[in-house]
Amino acid sequence: MKLEDQRTTVYKVDPEHPESATLPTLRTEELLLNMGPQHPSTHGVLKVILELEGERIVKATPVMGFLHRGVEKLAEEGTYHQFIPHTDRLDYVCAMYNNFAYCRAVEKLMNITVPERAEYLRTIVAEVQRIIGHQFWLGTQALDIGAMTVFFYCFRDREILLDWFDELCGARLTTSWYRIGGVERDFTPSLLEKLKKFLDYFPPKIDEYQVFLEKNRIWLARTKGVAVISAEDAVNFGLSGPTLRGSGVPYDLRKAEPYAAYPRCQFSVPVGRNGDTYDRYWIRVMELYESVKIIRQCLEQMPEGPTMADVPSVTLPPKSRVFTNLESMIQQFKLFSQGFNAPRGEIYCGTEAHKGELGFYIVSAGGGKPYRLKIRAPSFIHMGAFDHMSRGYMIADAVTIFGTYDIVMGECDR
Amino acid sequence: MHALAKRIQETYPAGFIRAVEWRSDLAVTVTRDSLHEIARFLHEDPAMDFDYIVHVSSVDWPDDEERFEVVYEFYSIRKRHRIRLKTRVPERDCAVDSLTDIWKGADFMEREVYDMMGIRFRNHPDLRRILMPDDYLEGYPLRKDFPLRGRGWRDTFEFLDET
Amino acid sequence: MGLVQIGRHNKDGQPDVITTTVERAVNWARKGSLWPMTFGLACCAIEMIAAVSSRYDMDRYGAGVFRASPRQSDLMIVAGTVCRRMAPVIRKIYDQMPEPKYVIAMGSCATSGNIYDSYSVVQGVDRFVPVDIYVPGCPPTPEALFDGILKLQERIMQKRVFTKQPQQVRV
Repeated sequence: MKLEDQRTTVYKVDPEHPESATLPTLRTEELLLNMGPQHPSTHGVLKVILELEGERIVKATPVMGFLHRGVEKLAEEGTYHQFIPHTDRLDYVCAMYNNFAYCRAVEKLMNITVPERAEYLRTIVAEVQRIIGHQFWLGTQALDIGAMTVFFYCFRDREILLDWFDELCGARLTTSWYRIGGVERDFTPSLLEKLKKFLDYFPPKIDEYQVFLEKNRIWLARTKGVAVISAEDAVNFGLSGPTLRGSGVPYDLRKAEPYAAYPRCQFSVPVGRNGDTYDRYWIRVMELYESVKIIRQCLEQMPEGPTMADVPSVTLPPKSRVFTNLESMIQQFKLFSQGFNAPRGEIYCGTEAHKGELGFYIVSAGGGKPYRLKIRAPSFIHMGAFDHMSRGYMIADAVTIFGTYDIVMGECDR
Repeated sequence: MHALAKRIQETYPAGFIRAVEWRSDLAVTVTRDSLHEIARFLHEDPAMDFDYIVHVSSVDWPDDEERFEVVYEFYSIRKRHRIRLKTRVPERDCAVDSLTDIWKGADFMEREVYDMMGIRFRNHPDLRRILMPDDYLEGYPLRKDFPLRGRGWRDTFEFLDET
Repeated sequence: MGLVQIGRHNKDGQPDVITTTVERAVNWARKGSLWPMTFGLACCAIEMIAAVSSRYDMDRYGAGVFRASPRQSDLMIVAGTVCRRMAPVIRKIYDQMPEPKYVIAMGSCATSGNIYDSYSVVQGVDRFVPVDIYVPGCPPTPEALFDGILKLQERIMQKRVFTKQPQQVRV
């Protein structure tokens, strides 16, 4: 059977009808609509082939790989330290968390314990990054659905934090601030002060975002009851992060397998009930408040101490010593040219990034380079559920559904 | 031995090969033929209850007789334990049973493994390339004998001649 | 930019005479109404979005009207890594844009492939699309993108519209 025959159904006019001989035969067929890869709302270069019956989606086939950069292959060619800049560019909205996830994985492989202060610094910056990620998501999702003001408000506040990153590590997006065994440098007093100021400034702004959306009839109509997924299905598809929690599954790696300074902080994990886009939006907004809470607690509890583990065979020497001390310079040179000698073995380490569980599966065959490095990217796995979640909705809802995953193609295609 | 691994060994003595626990990760290697059966047991047994699929991956060991290793990682949200299930595949018969009927999320992950490593999954509903185009002919990029810079595809722009 | 020479009326001293060439006037109009296309590929797209939003506001340079359709736009900002799979699409979009059209390669990836020297990444978008301005950086800050746009505007002012472009300069 040819493809055309399969899709085409011919509706014949009832032969009993007196005018049946004169009426034409109605022919209906499913329409194939190609959305992307150049589309303003596909969050990058995603293409989806939609099979439509009228305005309704019958089947959706995501076509990915338009941003496949071969990162996993490149990882096998460089040392462990050299892969950190690659992780920035996976999920480029949320670079710090990628660094964090990768460094944690390598630390697990090398069995390194990170000093207490570094753990706190890492948690603070990761939560700042989560705020940025959710702001970006909220802004673009609102823009896609038709609320432009929120976009400008979110970006206004996001810029403050990007400036803060700029002061911290010299880059706005691609940060590479985390190091294996610690962080690149400590906070300066000015950074601390700016962060504290931001924490006072920010919570009223979250209320402001909500004012724009929660009584906005268009927003409610386009998010409530759209892209519903049941808890069983969400788990079965391997969804994670707010996309999973929206369906009422309280799975958060920060609680399930606590790491960094999270076990010492009091925070709650918001969980949705209906599994629709609105619940996932609500979770992300609530997480903004929780992030502020976590940062506050970390700033209070943070002890003094070193910011880098002292394992000379693995961790980098402080930059200030590299230019003045011969041993440090040799150490730095050797670590970057040959890398450290990793033991044979394999580990998987997952971290709760703002999109979901970002995991690194590293196979080491000894030597300075990973033998195989697999990235468990939440965006990619969420796209696996796209067909399931979009069936029966309108074409316009497809945009909402991309958005609700918080999809970033750099991570999806790797 | 880890309690979970012991349970698998007792239930499937023929399929079980070995269990390794390293850095608190449990990895169980099973035979290729029993993979699907054991995976179903992991999913459905109330004490196992691995309801969440974390990732599907593959490793290429060109010097070994059974060249490829397919790696599944599962997690149980209710029981909060993790397991890695591995099996070996030889190059001449490069296929394993798909687990898409147990975990729907395995669909895209297995397609990625097929795309990148060339391992076929039997009974997969839609086994096509996912990241590379369908008509990509240069091979499977993550195999160890594939050159990093490819075999010339990235520098050919045949669409320029058409216009 | 040397567009106009203003003459003054004798009576009240207010400027009311403008003399210029048609070519300059056309170029001036073109430079002030660059309509870019929303064409984000990867990381640089995020900075491109930041450049249009609250703080930076690209509209100040007349280049803020982002169009989703190539038929309506005359500036393509290639923002991000150009993968081989995306290359035919970029070329097609470029071909669909009406003349005169300009291309900015934003960021190291679009310029030269950056750190992605792998099997699927094209080593610079200029392999298959002519590029006017290269903006370095990974990703370039919005300020860097503005610099690129200002440079492009300078270039547009130098273009000949009605006369033939000089092929070579004789010394």
